[in-house]
Amino acid sequence: MIHSLFIINGSGEIFMEKHWKTVVSKSICDYFFEAQKKCGNPEDVSPVIATPHHYLINICRSSLYFVAVLTNEGAPLFVIEFLHRIMDVFEEYFVTCTETTLKDNYVIVYELLDEMLDSGLPLATETSVLKELIKPPNLLRKVAHLVTGDSTNVSDALPSNQLSNIPWRRLGIKYTNNEAYFDLIEEIDAIIDRNGATVMGEIQGYIDCCVKLSGMPDLTLNFINPRLLDDISFHPCVRLKKWESDHVISFVPPDGNFRLISYHIGSQNSISIPIYVKSNIQYREGSSGRFELTVGPKQTMGKPLESVSIECAMPKSVLNCTLTPTQ
Amino acid sequence: MSSSMSMQSASGFSSGTPGGGPNPADEQTEPASTLSIFALDYKKHEDIKHMLDSNKDNLKLEAMRRVIGMIAKGKDAADLFPAVVKNVVSKNMEVKKLVYVYLMRYAEEQQDLALLSIATFQRALKDPNQLIRASALRVLSSIRVPTIVTIMMLAIREAVYDMSPYVRKTAANAIAKLYALDPELKEELIAVIVKLLADKTILVNGSAVQAFEQVCPERIDLIHKNYRRLCNLLVDIDEWSQVTVLNMLTRYARTQFVDPNKTVEDDKNNFYGDENNSKEKSENDDEDSLEKRTYTMDSDHRLLLRCTKPLLQSRNSAVVMAVAQLYHYVAPRSEIHVIANALIRLLRHHREIQTIVLKCIASMAEKNKDIFGPFLKAFYVRSSDSSHVKRYKLEILTTLACATNISTVLRELQTYVLSPDKEFAAQTIHAIGRCASTIPEVTEACLNGLVGYMSKKDETIVAESVVVVKKLLQINPVQYGDIIKHIVRKVDKITVPQARASILWLIGEYSERISKLAPDVLRKMAKTFPDEEAIVKHQILNLAAKLYVMNAKQTHLLVQYVFNLAKYDTNYDTRDKARLLRALLFQADKCPALSKHAKKILLASKPAPLLESIVRNHDQYTLGTLSYVIGQTVPGYTDLPDYPLEPSDSSIRNVEVIRPSPSQDESPRKPSSSGKKKSTTDEKFYSDEEENDENEGTSTEGPDDEDEEDEEGDDDEESENEEEEKSDEDEDEDGEKPAKTINQTDEYEQLDARSPTVVDNHESSEENDTESEDEEETSASEDTTDGEGEEKIIEKHTLSFNKSPSNIAISGFSMATTTEKSIAEDDLEAFLGITTTSASNQQSTTKASVRDDLQNLESLSTPSTLTYIRQYECLNRMTGQGLQIQYRFPRTPFQRATNMVHIELTFTNTIPNNDIRSIKFIKSKSGVNIQGFSDIDQLPGGASIITSIGIDFNDTTQAASFDISIGGRQLATSISIPCHVGELFQPKFINEKDFNKSLSSLRGMHEITGTLNVNETQISKFNFTTIQTKVVQCANVSSVPSSSGDSTVYRFSGQTVSSKALVLIAIQLNMSRSTINLTLNSDRIILATMLLKEIQQAISTIS
Repeated sequence: MIHSLFIINGSGEIFMEKHWKTVVSKSICDYFFEAQKKCGNPEDVSPVIATPHHYLINICRSSLYFVAVLTNEGAPLFVIEFLHRIMDVFEEYFVTCTETTLKDNYVIVYELLDEMLDSGLPLATETSVLKELIKPPNLLRKVAHLVTGDSTNVSDALPSNQLSNIPWRRLGIKYTNNEAYFDLIEEIDAIIDRNGATVMGEIQGYIDCCVKLSGMPDLTLNFINPRLLDDISFHPCVRLKKWESDHVISFVPPDGNFRLISYHIGSQNSISIPIYVKSNIQYREGSSGRFELTVGPKQTMGKPLESVSIECAMPKSVLNCTLTPTQ
Repeated sequence: MSSSMSMQSASGFSSGTPGGGPNPADEQTEPASTLSIFALDYKKHEDIKHMLDSNKDNLKLEAMRRVIGMIAKGKDAADLFPAVVKNVVSKNMEVKKLVYVYLMRYAEEQQDLALLSIATFQRALKDPNQLIRASALRVLSSIRVPTIVTIMMLAIREAVYDMSPYVRKTAANAIAKLYALDPELKEELIAVIVKLLADKTILVNGSAVQAFEQVCPERIDLIHKNYRRLCNLLVDIDEWSQVTVLNMLTRYARTQFVDPNKTVEDDKNNFYGDENNSKEKSENDDEDSLEKRTYTMDSDHRLLLRCTKPLLQSRNSAVVMAVAQLYHYVAPRSEIHVIANALIRLLRHHREIQTIVLKCIASMAEKNKDIFGPFLKAFYVRSSDSSHVKRYKLEILTTLACATNISTVLRELQTYVLSPDKEFAAQTIHAIGRCASTIPEVTEACLNGLVGYMSKKDETIVAESVVVVKKLLQINPVQYGDIIKHIVRKVDKITVPQARASILWLIGEYSERISKLAPDVLRKMAKTFPDEEAIVKHQILNLAAKLYVMNAKQTHLLVQYVFNLAKYDTNYDTRDKARLLRALLFQADKCPALSKHAKKILLASKPAPLLESIVRNHDQYTLGTLSYVIGQTVPGYTDLPDYPLEPSDSSIRNVEVIRPSPSQDESPRKPSSSGKKKSTTDEKFYSDEEENDENEGTSTEGPDDEDEEDEEGDDDEESENEEEEKSDEDEDEDGEKPAKTINQTDEYEQLDARSPTVVDNHESSEENDTESEDEEETSASEDTTDGEGEEKIIEKHTLSFNKSPSNIAISGFSMATTTEKSIAEDDLEAFLGITTTSASNQQSTTKASVRDDLQNLESLSTPSTLTYIRQYECLNRMTGQGLQIQYRFPRTPFQRATNMVHIELTFTNTIPNNDIRSIKFIKSKSGVNIQGFSDIDQLPGGASIITSIGIDFNDTTQAASFDISIGGRQLATSISIPCHVGELFQPKFINEKDFNKSLSSLRGMHEITGTLNVNETQISKFNFTTIQTKVVQCANVSSVPSSSGDSTVYRFSGQTVSSKALVLIAIQLNMSRSTINLTLNSDRIILATMLLKEIQQAISTIS
């Protein structure tokens, strides 16, 4: 499906290309640059660009552009999701996915791309599987490489039981300290009107896990009020049927860090926001104005609020502003 | 010397100069003269060649890394081809891998040289490591050299029979590649796809469907047999294949089922709602008229919808979209709403995903307003949204607006008009216009609002307002004369050409309402005519012409003047238009016919414009496809077919129990290089347990539709397994065929294997039952050969198949249907410790013997582990107060802990009309590690439930015991499960080479031997099949493929479940002396001794 992939940095240099089928010339990216130029904002580039013979699907993340080239019909979401998955894998391997890290580890990048796609069709996208095939770089091996000049990315002994029944977890994991951490992260998005009333509010929540358990643990996660979570997406390890029948999350976790579920509590439910915000804008004659913003904790919550930060995006026409905080 | 230099540059390079890229050396030399660049470039390649030729692995590796760096940068490294391709034989895994990468990139360009590497791949295809086999196949199929098409075809055919599902998956992927290279192979490839579609490993099925979609999407008939299984196992396929399978299933549903919405419209009362449609359908079959009105959804159609629904919760947006698309096209209208939530969740994903999802939502919302209605607020625009996202959100808001929510929508839209993003504000005004045109209640309010915007400072807003107002006025001009006047006064202030043109057009069109103002506007326009944009000029001409027609006296000169100006305009369109109008108006003599009707022509009533959505024209494409997103047909796009008028017969999707698997017999068979017996681990899917669990959970609630269907699914699966196993066995026989060609004696063996006398009674009787498709679920027959005085019941799962959807209700687990009589006998025997041949067994044996001769061939090839599974009783109904517990070893790995033996417990309530409540597992203090079953809340009378437990026997045959409580009271006797020595093992696949290698480390005190004397007639019966049957019956081990062709030695291998200690079994026939030598090697010597005894005993029964 995916014919070729170009990785382009923020300044428009194609610094890596990979072809799974016949080579597509670099010049195809000119269409992309053209589209990019048309939009002032890099965010506004259309994710799908049609050229006479090829179709470019691009994503932009951490100021890198991944441009995939297609020649035939295929689901664009599939490609976009896959490109993001590639990014995720890179981030897992190199901590950050930037031009520098990719260039430093180009061999690993190339090997990864080779494993992840087989003539344009996804092959292995689970990091646990990939990590068995291609070792991620780490300090120890870097040092060993500098000293001996000899190191390899590919694990010597190929995993014999790589294809366990559960693709996201390899067999024979052992830890001396068995531990599992669960982070519950919730983001509230709300639109608050001038008087401080909530026009719209929604919660996007995640449960991120760090599981370091030996063997094949089978975990179950119960919720006191699972009915709240009516809109969930799961990691593939979660047994969907179990959730549908008992509202219990039952899963064999992957090793290490992963996102177990992400859920969304929509705007239909009323959401109480831990802070209140009131705003007032006055325009004076001439070119200045006054923008007042009052932010405070709501008394009802009972818990202290920590590290509250306020960001105000000013329109482009604002040249400068003076900030006067009041308590 | 040169090598040391290259080392330096290499290490400097890979330590990574930030921003330097893969070729810092190259960049550093740029300031130097051109000559030196050439020299260096030349030398650099020389360097790499030199390194590649060296015999040090790390030098080669370094060189390969640099080559890859060049490829990654897009630089040409083609001239290194000969040097690189030599290293394909390298032992170093990474060098090899990188060479593969290089080959895939350049082989196409240098085909002749690439052929040099083919032999290496062919060798690697036989490698014992599945990953090496897979990667060899992958590279072989990816190098795109047309001359090796036949080799590829051979390799694929071979790989299809590989024992590793991973290799089979790679083969499935290779099919599409081969097809792209040589479309003429289509027919052959289809045969391979058929085989892979029926593969029992879901990993393979996903890729097989992908190949199917690429090669033969039109052969929808190939799906029938696999349809139900694909539906049932959809959740287990990897997420990427899910997308393909879902798309394929959408297409399948559109060709096989009838439109669920069509009949609903015909008769709203008879909503499709009744679930047990099948019964009704059969009743209505003869009454055509009734049939037409009551739409009942095909059970397979229902199955599809039910099985895809959980996937809406996938983390992968493509999967969610594919399900949404499926529901959009296939589900009845009242059920589509389930997708809304999931799609809205996707709006939190990356920007690119948002854009596409919103576009699809916009299309769906147009068709089904109500499903997204409740989520209106989710589409409110945020300032951080990208421009595409804003546009589509606006579109959706406009589509969803209706009389009830219009006030909130309009209020929201009003704030958008103030947005600093001018383009967006203009789009918002357009959206308001659309709302006004579709919802008559607010038309007036909107118009007033829009007119208000015309006095804004911002030009784009004003211009857009004018354009929209013009369109609105055109729809209903009568009422709004004032507004027209208001607009006309604006003409001086507005400078945006589009808006000016709109105003002029309005004046011309409705000049009779503003007869005083109109000529004056024309006068002003005449003054500025030369400076206007072409679009405005055209409208000035239009206005002039219309005014001339209406009011020639007053405007005659002015019109002449304007036409003269236009005559010398630089724009040819303007000149043309002026010429045309002049001829029409002034030169009546030249074309009198037209001039007469000039007024009619110019002031004909024009149809009001439709304010349309921006996604409208994309609707013709299937949602979510590339074609849909870009709005043009992409190569490879096919439209979704319309529903057929008549549904296809649902029986085509039924899977027969025993299928002679014609595809296999026809297709040329290739021996699989390894593996005689399929791993039982492969059969165990992740969700198997799940499904069991579910059955556990639901079966107590009494039979409802869901349950039945689930069980049907299970049945399907099981039968599939059995079938597959059978075909595997077929393969196994195939596996011997190459040996046959080498060794003549082997052929005799083969013939021997088919001789009727070797048939085991149980097998044949079972075969018979299955053949006759007996509806009876289970039949118990007893094994009299058991020496330990314990009854053994060969448990048989009958795979009964529903011909019509009406008899779905087959509870695959109701063991309780064993006849009363045999239960009584069981009890008796259990107490007396006597084993008697049960009457039923004899009966079936005699019945069987009639057909024995016919069935022999098949029963031989029928495997299967199922027949080796014996059921034992661990709690009889007397002591268990009516509860009977039987256990058996299903020989599949225990999911929750790999070091435990998997045991299936069958709880049967033998007292009819009396429910047993709350059966709980209580761990006993014996210290044996047991994973218990989950609590059973209720067990209705006569019913039975299967649960599974895991026991870590720790490699001993000591019985493990635990307690259970019924209804809160602990049973006095604890349940004790002794493990048979053979069940402590699990198969381990190794080839002969590894076998011998392991053997050499297990000599001496780890070896025990035994000899068995047999008579001559007996030894002639010994062949691979009989021995394998017996050994596998004794112990859960797998046979080792013989590569030497020696037909007198049979090897088996396994490992203990708890400690994974290897056990090797070798059985040697000594034809001349009529003896059999058994050798067991294991460091668990006690177990080995016990096993030896059992095998000896089992083999001696072959006759």
